[in-house]
Amino acid sequence: MDKDRGLDRKFAVPELIGNPDDLLIVCGLAGASKDIAHLTHDGDNIFTMAGAMGGATAMGLGLALSRPDKRVLVVTGDGELLMNIGTLSTVGILKPSNLSILCVDNGHYGETGYQESHTQRGVDLELIAQGSAIPVTRTVSMDEHINEAKALIRDSNGPSFILLRVSTEPPPVIKRSMDASERKTAFRRALLGKP
Amino acid sequence: MSDYGGKQAWQEELYDLLRSNDVDLFCYVPDGGHKTLINKSIEDPDVISVPLTTEEEGVAMCAGCHLGGTKSVLLMQSSGVGNCVNMFALLKNGQFPFVTLITMRGEFGEMNPWQIPMGQGVQPVVEAMGMHCLRAESPTEVTETVQAALNMAYKSNQAVAVLLTQKLIGAKPF
Repeated sequence: MDKDRGLDRKFAVPELIGNPDDLLIVCGLAGASKDIAHLTHDGDNIFTMAGAMGGATAMGLGLALSRPDKRVLVVTGDGELLMNIGTLSTVGILKPSNLSILCVDNGHYGETGYQESHTQRGVDLELIAQGSAIPVTRTVSMDEHINEAKALIRDSNGPSFILLRVSTEPPPVIKRSMDASERKTAFRRALLGKP
Repeated sequence: MSDYGGKQAWQEELYDLLRSNDVDLFCYVPDGGHKTLINKSIEDPDVISVPLTTEEEGVAMCAGCHLGGTKSVLLMQSSGVGNCVNMFALLKNGQFPFVTLITMRGEFGEMNPWQIPMGQGVQPVVEAMGMHCLRAESPTEVTETVQAALNMAYKSNQAVAVLLTQKLIGAKPF
């Protein structure tokens, strides 16, 4: 096994996030959405996707700009992020202090048969985030990295980017709602008190 | 320098219309035809003005704004529509209200052949993705058309593209 990919996402993602109740979370398709739907029991403070690949970070950025009073977390995967890598630059120029991005990087396209992604072949998304002017970045590849990164997700002064390098162990199994309109309405009712 | 996209009365009125409808976030890829709206959004201290790297970011960003309770608009040129197509699925599946104002190239009087294919594709593409497509051909049509789009979006949860046509804006002289 790759020594930098020893962590299991089913352990590491919940450890990094802790209690998710005070966060607003936007999740990219596939593994990231399963991770967070499982963690929150498909809660009303999350918006998950099963398509619109490449949109999670921009959607979370829009939410963070809309609600500077709330902490917003984007959870995405390496493949999802690579599809719209320019969005990191948009985050970097705007620098919303209430936005964190957690990229669960397993180096593979898990949903389509675990083909290697670019990150398995030398591409470093943390360096890209740094080059995109995101002021706080970390790579988490071992247990001892988790506590510091966990604090940054909630408290960094400026947007933070956490690259979580994990093994190819699959995400948790969760039956989540695929009705994006119903989930949107539930999210808004919980946050805004109206549909 | 030509005055393509330069200030005209309808552009000032259009900005005021968007603001009076509580549109608080403007996102865009820089575009000559939208120059007035973009510059006014940058100068407005009460507006979040967001330059994008690609138009599809703006589609997802506007959906995120709606989750948070903010009204937004995506400004783009006709060529940008091609960059957005898969992301329009987010709007349709989520029934997100969405307004995009599209400055048209590739139609009336176009002198750059590279603009023609996507210019011709805009209306069939946005309609194929389940969006409404409204056209403004003259300055007198702009305000009522954009107001109609805002009403359809924010009162009926529709995704609406308003085409600011080349007859309205003029053919770009280069």
